[in-house]
Amino acid sequence: MTPIIRLPGLAPLMLAATLAILGVLIVLPLGVVFQQAFAKGFAAYLEPLTQPDALSAIRLTLTVAAISVPLNAVFGVAAAWAVARFEFKGKSLLVTFIDLPFSMSPVVSGLVWVLLFGAQGWFGPWLQEHDVKIIFATSGLVLATVLVTLPFVARELIPLMQDQGADEEAAALTLGAGGFTTFWRVTLPNIKWALLYGVLLCNARAMGEFGAVSVVSGSVRGLTTTLPLHVEVLYNDYEFVGAFAAASILACLGLVTLVIKTLLEWRHSGELSAGRRH
Amino acid sequence: MTAAAVAPLAGKRRTPWKQASILPGFPLAMGWTLTYLGLVVVLPLTALIVRPWELGLSGVWATLTEERVLASLRLSFGAAFLAALTNVPMGLLVAWTLTRYEFPGRRIIDAFVDLPFALPTAVAGIALTAIYAPNGPLGSLFAQIGIKTAYTPIGVYIALLFIGLPFVVRTVQPVLQDLDREVEEAAQTLGATNLQRFRLVVLPAVAPALISGFSLAFARAVGEYGSVIFIAGNMPLKSEIAPLLIVIKLEQYDYAGAAVVGLAMLFISFGALLAVNGVQLFLARRGRA
Repeated sequence: MTPIIRLPGLAPLMLAATLAILGVLIVLPLGVVFQQAFAKGFAAYLEPLTQPDALSAIRLTLTVAAISVPLNAVFGVAAAWAVARFEFKGKSLLVTFIDLPFSMSPVVSGLVWVLLFGAQGWFGPWLQEHDVKIIFATSGLVLATVLVTLPFVARELIPLMQDQGADEEAAALTLGAGGFTTFWRVTLPNIKWALLYGVLLCNARAMGEFGAVSVVSGSVRGLTTTLPLHVEVLYNDYEFVGAFAAASILACLGLVTLVIKTLLEWRHSGELSAGRRH
Repeated sequence: MTAAAVAPLAGKRRTPWKQASILPGFPLAMGWTLTYLGLVVVLPLTALIVRPWELGLSGVWATLTEERVLASLRLSFGAAFLAALTNVPMGLLVAWTLTRYEFPGRRIIDAFVDLPFALPTAVAGIALTAIYAPNGPLGSLFAQIGIKTAYTPIGVYIALLFIGLPFVVRTVQPVLQDLDREVEEAAQTLGATNLQRFRLVVLPAVAPALISGFSLAFARAVGEYGSVIFIAGNMPLKSEIAPLLIVIKLEQYDYAGAAVVGLAMLFISFGALLAVNGVQLFLARRGRA
């Protein structure tokens, strides 16, 4: 690609400005996480990560993601099948509702569950009678995470499947394949990379979510703290090395997500929705 | 094509709101989608919309006009507006460099733009605080010229800059990529200066994308919590954001009050987005005229 605007001196200037913006605003915070985490040496870095509270936070984060991500992946496939393969009234309203969680504050996404299931929530008294705990328990964390990450998979699949059209599926059906076979052998292979892309982003957000889970968790140390909440607990206790050590794990999760996401965009750009092609 | 325009295939099982199709699985897919959305999105939102009115109209008004609520809403929306506005030229500059120039490491740098999407907000929050605290690498620089960044509204603004930048870059980038180079070349041949070409050819073409990028960054910034609360300092009336006030009200078991603030945020964002859409429509009409 040849630069079309030939301004002597301006191209290097623009590049320098871009590097300055991205460097100061985006790369510096990432660097600081690791610098602070290793500020007192490697042993001091590892020590807080092997504490039982840290380990249980990691376990809880993995559990919550392991439940929420598959739920939203199945939802995403079902919603994309309904929206991209059929014409019905009220479709744009449905898509608006699917997108809605993206425009809600994470705190509101947590708040709504407290309004339903908290001690003074609509179903609060009933839950207390039957000794079921949702708020300040794992199920509350799952609900909050599910709401926050709901659109990710659907958002990737709907535009892609609309682009692809239903011709191949129609052909398979005409040739006598059953509905399930058609989905398994025709649709799924066509959308697998976009599905993986959506699941990847969904998972990154699920594991890193902070605002929504902090509202429903009550931050009972070792019980309802996910890893991001554990970072907050340590930070507020002035255990900075521990906080940044826990944060460094999450930063690595973010970096791995970024690498896989970039590889998917480079290698399989034709099989992702148009907005993801580079 | 409307549903009524297509005759149903077999005449049996006519559904007036859905076009006939040979593809199977509609009832299952649609049923699951609606059930799931109903339970996860609609039911909780209903609670958010209904519960504030337990206080009665006067109670809702009293909560909304609390000094602390007003201050936090002003801060959240004001800082989000300023940050999104700053991100428009910065995002355009980054997108321009990434699409128009070829340089070693361009694709790597391009990938880094998405880091704020991938980095958990709490991590960004404590890292930004460490950088802009009075003893941090940049915070100490600002302190020398007498500007306190962390633990003030400026800190909130910085965190929202970080969160919003990729939204602008990623909406503008595809438009810049698809922009017809021939029009620019024609302008150049006809003697337009570089500034004229940018102002008269490039800018009108990317303006709608810039506005969408602005509104996405703004919407995200208004509700942002994790990356802000560490750097904000959270002083009531000064650097307390609206989402934090929701958390505080919940901790005091003031559910209805928390719902009032949440609902107000939703309404103001909605109104702001409507206004942005209006501007976009206006620009589109003027472009066609």
